[in-house]
Amino acid sequence: MPGDPVQNMLSRAALHAEAIEVMHGYYTRAFGLDVPIWRQYLNFWIALFHGDLGTSVYMFPQPVAAIIKRAVPYDIFLLLPAILLSWWAGNKFGAFAARTKWLDNIISPLGYILTATPYMWLGILLSWVFGIVLGVFPVAGAYSFALRPHLSWTFIGSVLKHWFLPFASLFLVMFGGWAIGMRNMIIYELEADYSHYLEALGAPRRLIRKYAFRNAVLPQLTGLALQLGVIVAGALVTEVVFSYPGIGYLILAAIQNQDYFLIQGCFLFIIIGVLLANFAIDIAYVIVDPRTRTGMLGEGA
Amino acid sequence: MLYFALRNNKLRVGLTVVLLFLVLTFVGPILTHYKPYDYVNPNGAQPPSSEYWFGTTMFGQDVFAQFIHGLKATFLVGVIGGGLGTVIGILIGFTAGYRGGIVDEMLNMLTNIVLVIPTLAILLIIAAYLTVRGILVESIFIGCTAWPWAARAIRAQTFSLRSRDFVDLARLSGMKARKIIFTEIAPNMMSYLVMTFILQFGGAILIAATLDFIGLGPTNAVSLGLMMNNAVLWGALLLGIWWWFVPPGVAIMAIVGALYVTNVGLDEVFNPKLREM
Repeated sequence: MPGDPVQNMLSRAALHAEAIEVMHGYYTRAFGLDVPIWRQYLNFWIALFHGDLGTSVYMFPQPVAAIIKRAVPYDIFLLLPAILLSWWAGNKFGAFAARTKWLDNIISPLGYILTATPYMWLGILLSWVFGIVLGVFPVAGAYSFALRPHLSWTFIGSVLKHWFLPFASLFLVMFGGWAIGMRNMIIYELEADYSHYLEALGAPRRLIRKYAFRNAVLPQLTGLALQLGVIVAGALVTEVVFSYPGIGYLILAAIQNQDYFLIQGCFLFIIIGVLLANFAIDIAYVIVDPRTRTGMLGEGA
Repeated sequence: MLYFALRNNKLRVGLTVVLLFLVLTFVGPILTHYKPYDYVNPNGAQPPSSEYWFGTTMFGQDVFAQFIHGLKATFLVGVIGGGLGTVIGILIGFTAGYRGGIVDEMLNMLTNIVLVIPTLAILLIIAAYLTVRGILVESIFIGCTAWPWAARAIRAQTFSLRSRDFVDLARLSGMKARKIIFTEIAPNMMSYLVMTFILQFGGAILIAATLDFIGLGPTNAVSLGLMMNNAVLWGALLLGIWWWFVPPGVAIMAIVGALYVTNVGLDEVFNPKLREM
């Protein structure tokens, strides 16, 4: 990649010309940039297997791994509830919408509008309305700048207050998508032969709905796995809007400072995270769908 | 078909909104004589007025002019990015679905790989190499990374059509594979392909907005995402310059939402089962 991060870093600390010369040499060696490219690449893998992601240029002597480790709790804290809750709520409301006309008239248009909203714009709107105009919620950071992380009710309250708006904007956009998907799936399932058969047998409508819901959840689960990449990208921009100190905020800072080590580390982390989540969803799929379970145990099981 | 199309409310509403914005894109340049980045208002930020329809930015740029040019960029990204994504998806989906076997395995693997690669990471590298990026580059990039789910869906559809009698007949009569795909299989899923394009169109617009917002968008053009980026960057939120960041978001939301609704409408037109609802 073009661009010289070391030069960039030094130019921030206006120094004498000869001092820059010396410093440049020192840092180039410190980052391991003085060896040929292939050697750098080899070193990268060697270091990676030792759990070493290199040193950040942007926040200099700190190792990338430590910076990421500090940011990750915020990401998990923000993303996990947002993804799970919106998936759950979206499915529930979508299923309700498929069976009630008046609710469908509200949920469907709302869902289409929400899922068409860019993540950051909803974030901007929410932070403007609730943060600036109404002044109910703070608009930046993960906790009040006046506080230091410690275990007390004021701190936890502050964290929750800062967490709410980013969470809400992620939740709302995802909710729209899941609700729409679920509504359509339920309608499709209710048209299926087994539903008609149950109906003909005189089964109560609740039971039919229950079966339809179970069948409709499966594609939604696959959808969740496919959507993860988009969700992560959405979370990144949401964090940028709210200056929430997660990975997304780090990546932006790293891009602006040409901190390739940090970018590399962040993306490595995201890729591994998405892969792990995909794996978890695959396992969940086996638990939810008995058919895959019997398929795995062989025909006779 | 046309009868149902004209009677379908979702389709009507969706298409009307999209067309409205499309017309605005073409008529817009006549309505405003300002250039998007010219500093026209010496007073800085001003709320919408008869002179500046959407107000002016902190630097006295006309928001309406930026908005109109941003709309153009949005449609361009949608058409080129969405179109490219659809074409690649169609080619790979048809080939994988029709050929099957080892070709299918390979293409499926490729699809899955592209599906998990975070597009942002590639774009960063591209952004580092190309100092001047246009909307065209951005659209091509989006098209090249957004095709996997389309390929998957089309592959599944092709699978189900492949074993139909009329395809077998065509194969028995010695037709070339390519001809079978385009004369026998493709026409039978035309509605599906059209809907894929619409979804890709909307998706491309959303991705472009995200990229623009974190500063990886075009460097030499105006776009709706860039407007939001600038607005946030220069503290429009804290200063309450709502006319700077509300219009681009509303436009994206309206266009993409209308596209999705159009898609559902088309689904109902093409699929008699849904029409009865």
